[in-house]
Amino acid sequence: MKNFGFSSIKPRVIDYDRNNRAVMEYIMEHEPSFALCIGCGGCAATCSAAQFTEMSLRKLNILIKRGENDEVRRLMNKCMLCGKCTLVCPRGVNTRNVIFLTQQAFNKLDNYAI
Amino acid sequence: MPEQPDRHIVIVGAGTAGCTAAGQLAREGYRISLIEKESEPGGKVIKWYQLFPDRRKSKEVLKYLQGEIDNPLINISLNTAVESIKKEHDKFIVTTTHGVLSPADAVLMATGFDLFNPERKEEYGYGIYNDVITSVELEEKFHSGSVITSKGVVPERVGIVHCVGSRDEKVGNFHCSKVCCVTAVKQAIEIREMLPGTEVFCFYMDMRMFGPYYEELYREAQEKWGVNFIRGKVSEASENIEGRLLVKVEDTLAGKPLKMQVDLLVLMIGIENSLSGRKIAEDLDLKIGINGFFSVRDNHYGNNRSSLEGIFYAGTCTAAMNITDTISHARASVVEIDGYVKSKVNKVKV
Repeated sequence: MKNFGFSSIKPRVIDYDRNNRAVMEYIMEHEPSFALCIGCGGCAATCSAAQFTEMSLRKLNILIKRGENDEVRRLMNKCMLCGKCTLVCPRGVNTRNVIFLTQQAFNKLDNYAI
Repeated sequence: MPEQPDRHIVIVGAGTAGCTAAGQLAREGYRISLIEKESEPGGKVIKWYQLFPDRRKSKEVLKYLQGEIDNPLINISLNTAVESIKKEHDKFIVTTTHGVLSPADAVLMATGFDLFNPERKEEYGYGIYNDVITSVELEEKFHSGSVITSKGVVPERVGIVHCVGSRDEKVGNFHCSKVCCVTAVKQAIEIREMLPGTEVFCFYMDMRMFGPYYEELYREAQEKWGVNFIRGKVSEASENIEGRLLVKVEDTLAGKPLKMQVDLLVLMIGIENSLSGRKIAEDLDLKIGINGFFSVRDNHYGNNRSSLEGIFYAGTCTAAMNITDTISHARASVVEIDGYVKSKVNKVKV
């Protein structure tokens, strides 16, 4: 085939209708405090992992809610589960449990369990 | 309006709400006992140097309040606390630290607010580091005409932390104190005006510019005074080896953690229902809301009425509010009290 010099670029728009939000629903069900995040970033400011990696729980929370699962997979394993974020959160979100549940949810998702 | 000096109202607290209501009720002919635990009337306004949004001197408002209570029908008792209030039939027996008052037809709780004690938010270092101060202490510095650090030098950079003790479940306060955002903007401008070489950074979660000319003041802070705004809740402040304060925050809009050294850190402490007011309310079994403030009878059309007939509310004992709203709320309480007392008189006549 003739190469016209074009390549396809993955759109960076959040395709809300197409995204799979099963992970979000799973977390909401098992940790309702997840809904309370106001995106203040207190968690990310205190996060040890965030000093050296892209880890940001604030960002992870919103990506989960939008169903941006590829990015969530990339970020979620950077957490060291120290729990400092849980101590800081002004909304009382059980952030540490959110990480656990995210990992659980992806396991289930990959095994067609949710 | 007929004089009714036989009608006696006790007002607890001679701050903005108490003085406003006292003046208005006295003009309606009521005899007022105004009880104030501090040594002068004026409440928290005394602590302020200038007021938002127009940066008028707080002294002007104090002068207005003083003028309101300058009435022979108002008997103000300073350095006096209310010990108990008891309802006997339709009268209220108020006992103060200086004796029992003559029976009152109604009581107005204008007990105001307490400022959040920032030592409860230990991670911000108040009481640990000398250059972590409160918004009120900054007003004192404005009063004295000099904003310097504990080392006696002009700060090169000042950080302002919003929401200290507000919107924070960790300290038991869910509510927004409303007035701190605009206070931060006002104080940032004042610092820039007084110290043009000093950088100012506000760390906020949301900028809540709810009142008239607040948004304009925010814009002025950016446009005219070069105040910087970083969206993120400060997680902690600590002192580094040079004795400067290190602030840790996520710059949420950049999506990265940020650290910054400042020479002075100002905590925008929030508003809580006053402890002394709550103590009085215990006796009367008045309802307290989940936000710690007094519960009003109806959120829309009964927000001067308490859960007990004859006890009324004015001002920040019911919710965080600015001076303008406090004055309006206090004036509205006068209509409620007048209506209530007259309805009792009419009943007796029948």
